[in-house]
Amino acid sequence: MLTILFDGIAYGMLLFVLAVGFAVTLGLMNFINLAHGAFAMAGGYLTVYAMRDFGIPFLACLPLAFIVVALLGALLERTLYRPMYGKPHLDQVLFSIGLAFMAVAAIDYFVGSSQQNLQLPAWLSGRTEIGDGAWTLGMGHYRIFIIAVCALLTVVLQLILSRTRFGSRLRAAVDDPRVASGLGINVNVVFLLTFAVGSGLAGLGGALGAEFLGMDPTFPLKYMIYFLIVVSVGGTSSITGPLLAALLLGIADVAGKYYIPKMGAFTVYLLMIVILMWRPQGLFTRKGAK
Amino acid sequence: MSFQTDLLRASRWRPWEFVLWVAIFALPYFMPSHALLINEIAIVALFAMSLDLILGYTGIVSLGHAAFFGFGAYAAALFAKLVMPDPTVGLLFAIVVTGLLGAVASVTILRGTDLTRLMVTLGTALLLLELANKLDWLTGGADGLQGVVMGPVLGMFDFDLYGRTAAWYSMGVMLVLFLFMRRLVHSPFGATLKAIRDNRLRAMAIGIPVVSRLAVIYTVAAAVAGAAGALLSQTSGFASLDVLAFDRSADVMLMLVIGGVGWLYGGVAGAVVFKLLQNYLSTVTPQYWMFWIGLILVLLVLVGRDRLFHPWRLLAGRAGKTGAKA
Repeated sequence: MLTILFDGIAYGMLLFVLAVGFAVTLGLMNFINLAHGAFAMAGGYLTVYAMRDFGIPFLACLPLAFIVVALLGALLERTLYRPMYGKPHLDQVLFSIGLAFMAVAAIDYFVGSSQQNLQLPAWLSGRTEIGDGAWTLGMGHYRIFIIAVCALLTVVLQLILSRTRFGSRLRAAVDDPRVASGLGINVNVVFLLTFAVGSGLAGLGGALGAEFLGMDPTFPLKYMIYFLIVVSVGGTSSITGPLLAALLLGIADVAGKYYIPKMGAFTVYLLMIVILMWRPQGLFTRKGAK
Repeated sequence: MSFQTDLLRASRWRPWEFVLWVAIFALPYFMPSHALLINEIAIVALFAMSLDLILGYTGIVSLGHAAFFGFGAYAAALFAKLVMPDPTVGLLFAIVVTGLLGAVASVTILRGTDLTRLMVTLGTALLLLELANKLDWLTGGADGLQGVVMGPVLGMFDFDLYGRTAAWYSMGVMLVLFLFMRRLVHSPFGATLKAIRDNRLRAMAIGIPVVSRLAVIYTVAAAVAGAAGALLSQTSGFASLDVLAFDRSADVMLMLVIGGVGWLYGGVAGAVVFKLLQNYLSTVTPQYWMFWIGLILVLLVLVGRDRLFHPWRLLAGRAGKTGAKA
C-alpha cells in the first residue's frame, strides 16, 4: 500500500512539472494552450535521441531538454501565440489543438509511430525495499530520483515566485495585467519568459517521464486531459493548487489502476467531473473563478 | 415592431433553400458511385448542426460532443442486434436514450467558465469511451460491435451495397431534424438562447431562465447528435470505439468552424468541405491527415475565421458582425 502511495506521489510530481507551465499560461494570459503536451513530447524525444545517438549522459540531457524546449517555446510565443491572447476561448482551443495535431503528425512522419524506449543509467534502475508485510515500501530508484528532482523544482519555483522581483512582477501580472502594465511592468516580457520557462519545464518533465509515461506520437493528446484536470482542479492562482491537484491525481490514478484495474482511467474522469460539478472554480482556490 | 419583423424575416424560407434541398436529394441519382460518401457527409452534417445548437447558438464550448454521437451509435447498434432490426424504431430509441443521457450530462455544463466546460465535456466523452472499452461483453470492446443486421427502411427499402438507400435514409432523417432545429432556433426560445450566448448576466436580468434553457438545448443537441450516431451505425452495420474518440469531437468542431457557427447551413457546408478535403488529402498522404487538419485549424484562427471564409463581408463593410462569440 505504501508502495502505491509512493508511486502515486512520483507520478503526481511528474504531472505537476509537466502541467505547471500550462497553469501559469492560463492564469497569466487567460490562454488555453492545449498544445502544451507537444512541448513535453519534444523534450522526451530530444532526450531519447540525445542519449541513443549522441551518447550524452542522462543527467546532462535533462538541462538540455529544458533549455532547447524553452527556446522553442520562446520562439513560438513570439511568432504564433502572441496574436492569440485577445481571442475568444473557442479560437484558442482550435488553434492549440491544431498545433498539437501538427506535432503528432510531424513526429509520426519523422520518427515513426512506435513507442520510444529510454535506456536508464544503471544507478537509477535499482529498487530498495523497506519494512515488511502489508507495509512494505518498495521504492524504485528512478522514482526516488523523480521525486527529488521535482521537489527541488517546486521549491525553487516557489522561491522564485515569492522572493524575487521577477516573481512579484509575475504575480502582479497574473492578478491584473492591465494595472500591472500601468505600473510599468512589461507584461509582454514577463509573459515571454514565463511561457519559455513553462515550456522548458514541460520539456524537462517529458525527459524525466520518457521512461515512465512512454513516448509515442500521441503523447500530447493522451496527457492533455491530465494537464487539464490538474489545472481545473487545482486552479491557476497559485502553484500550490496545481501541485496538490497533481499529487491527488497521481495517487488516485495509480491506486485506481492497482485496486480496480477493470475500471481503468474511469475513476479519474469520474472524480474530476464530480469535483468540477461541486466546485467549478477548482478545489484549491479561495476566490471564485475569473 | 421592427425587431419582430426582423426576427420573422430571418426565419422565412428563402427560394435557394428549396433548391438546395432538392439538389441534395437528387445527388445520389446523379452520383450513384459516391453514395457512400454522400451518406457520410449527411451524417456528419447532422452531427455538426447539433453541435451548432450549443456552440453557435448558445455559446457552450464543448470538446466532447462525440460522447452523444457515439452513445447514439452504440444504442442503435445494440438495439438492432438485441431487440429488433427495424431502423426507424432503432433511430427513435437511440434519440430518446441519448436525449436522456444529454439531460443527465447537462447538469455538468450549467456552472463554471469555458475551461470548466471544456473539461467536463471532454471528461464525459472520455468516460464513455472508457466504458465502451471496458464493457466488452456488451460493446465488443476494442474490436467493435459486429454482426449488426439492419432491416429494410420503413419495411420497404433494403440497404444496398452501394449505399443509395443509406444515403436517402440519412438525408431524410437529416431533413426532418433540420426542419425541427430550424424552427427551434428561429422561435422565441431560440432568441433567448442567443441572448444567453451574447450576455448571460443580462439575459438573466431580463428574466430568461438561463439554467433551464441551457439544460433543454443541451438535451436537444445531444439527442440530435445521437440520431447522427445512430445513422452511422445503422448504415454501416458496425459500431466501434472511434465513434467516441476525441478526434471526432475535434473534427466536428472544425467542420462547424469552417462552415460558420451560429448558422445551421454552416454545419452542412463545413461537412461537405471537410469530407471532400479529407477524401482528397488522405488519398494523397494517407496517414498524415492529422497534420493537414492541424494546419487548417492554425491557419483558420491566425488569419481569422471571418476573413478566410467570408471575405465579401469585409468588402461590404460589415466586418464587425461576427457570427458568434464563444
